[in-house]
Amino acid sequence: MSATTADEPTRRDFIYIATGAVAAVGAGLAAWPFIDQMNPSASVLALASIEADIGAIAPGQQVVFKYRGHPLFVRRRTPKEIADAKAVNVADLPDPYARNSALPDDAPATDANRAAHAEYVVLLGVCTHLGCTPTVSTPQVPQGEFGGWLCHCHGSQYDTAGRIRKGPAPQNLLVPPYSYVSPTRIKVG
Amino acid sequence: MSGPSTYVPKSGFARWMDSRLPLARFAHDTMLSFPTPRNLNIWYAFGAILTTMLLVQIVTGIVLAMHYVANADMAFDSVDRMMRDINYGWLIRFMHANGASFFFIAVYIHMFRGLYYGSYKAPREVLWILGVILYLLMVATAFFGYVLPWGQMSFWGATVITNFFSALDQVTPHWGSAIATWLWGGYAVGDPTLNRFFSLHYLLPFVIAGVVGLHIWALHVPGNNNPLGIEVQGPQDTVPFHPYYTVKDGFYVALFLLIYLGFVFYAPDFFGNPDNYTPANPVVTPPDIVPEWYLLPYYAMLRSVPQKLIGVLVMAGSLVTLAFIPWLDTSKVRSSRFRPMMKQFFWIFVLDCIVLGYCGAQSVDAVRFGVPLVWAARVGTLYYFGFFWVVMPLLGLIETPKPLPASISQPVLSPAE
Repeated sequence: MSATTADEPTRRDFIYIATGAVAAVGAGLAAWPFIDQMNPSASVLALASIEADIGAIAPGQQVVFKYRGHPLFVRRRTPKEIADAKAVNVADLPDPYARNSALPDDAPATDANRAAHAEYVVLLGVCTHLGCTPTVSTPQVPQGEFGGWLCHCHGSQYDTAGRIRKGPAPQNLLVPPYSYVSPTRIKVG
Repeated sequence: MSGPSTYVPKSGFARWMDSRLPLARFAHDTMLSFPTPRNLNIWYAFGAILTTMLLVQIVTGIVLAMHYVANADMAFDSVDRMMRDINYGWLIRFMHANGASFFFIAVYIHMFRGLYYGSYKAPREVLWILGVILYLLMVATAFFGYVLPWGQMSFWGATVITNFFSALDQVTPHWGSAIATWLWGGYAVGDPTLNRFFSLHYLLPFVIAGVVGLHIWALHVPGNNNPLGIEVQGPQDTVPFHPYYTVKDGFYVALFLLIYLGFVFYAPDFFGNPDNYTPANPVVTPPDIVPEWYLLPYYAMLRSVPQKLIGVLVMAGSLVTLAFIPWLDTSKVRSSRFRPMMKQFFWIFVLDCIVLGYCGAQSVDAVRFGVPLVWAARVGTLYYFGFFWVVMPLLGLIETPKPLPASISQPVLSPAE
């Protein structure tokens, strides 16, 4: 280093910065494969849809299927459970959004937006707090105060439309993308 | 205290080696002649105990990895085979599983000792921070290891902990979930998750060993703190590490191993959770999810907050807080022996950690003596943060410490009153 103070950037400064910039970009590019290898592979992503026979489910009963490594709840609701869910004022809910993959993000969490056919609710059985599987509530063995589900891990309570009512969970249970193949059969994913 | 070397090579070969790679000089200066305060008590033996436990975990772990199969369909059975078929597999696995618990018992005593005697205060801040890093690495390693047997607690523990990152969705939508998916390598905890956790569980102990090297280096620059918390003033205050502390540490290491092996042989499942003898089932969560005992206080803090993001931040904050302790404590006196108020707040803090641990072990809606435990955990969480961020800075200003002795050797060498 010489004692002269350069006011103007020199060619050497330019080369110095350009070399550093190329090295930084190169390091980033080289790092990406080592980061991305941890993301789900194409074979994992391909296992995405299932068909479920829901005809044999009795009113008031829930059947659990397995979908993308998670439990999938299909619950056939009793008329009272449907009436309870419909009676709720959406404005009073902790999470006012439908969280339904088939609807826009800002659709309100009305019961109709949560269950395409009022009799059946189809939900991902993953508590939106920290991912435990909530326990279904029945008239014989009630779970929580809202007749829906209770997550035993950290005490989140859901109503009969799978909407969060009490506890640390931030969102309603997710409604996965599904369609009716026949009146007694759904395709999920 | 890392003064001039006192090593004298005794043979021609030693002289030849000393001028090329002075390994013998390094070992002599750091492990044999190293001047150590003469008043260290039992609580200073836990550094040696921790080093021993790290070694036990690495040796037993390498052996277990020879028999373990990191595959979601085979992991549980491979652990069962270790317990039933592999020669002495039961012994080595119980040594490893209980070794983790005793590693944490030792580290908590080591940390409380540092807190009590003010070992984090200048000039030992970097030493303390390296210790906090070691503790975090231990927590991560233990978490990855607990997933490997692929029982119900393994699976659901992994699910809950990795979902902490999904709380970031409340800061930037979808980012948190993207991180969770990246950690899982799928839509949920599964085979890819198990494989990478095994890889990391094998890697981290060696990272720990490296940071232990830095920790000991940072210890040897200022030298040991001591129960009086005053500086070493000269040779009259110290003894050489060998034979004085090699023997003293050795005695306590043997005692600690005796208690540890007592559990290995006579109560090997004492620290375990029976649910982990059930193979992982991704569609059924056990009714009571609890982490291993050494993480229960943090779990209680997480559950005491009825909001996801804040709960996760409180838990992370409780760990990060530890790194700031050297600057939160404003007192000029290190040792709590001479700090009458600090001494009381310290013991309340120890009790607080135990109460939080108890709350974390109970179900979320439990009530004891008419008190909902979630409220006990809230008070406990408040005291945890209050102790570090309010009590520590304030005590330095309002507390009158007792008079300090003139030197380490003075109370020992001066005639009795």
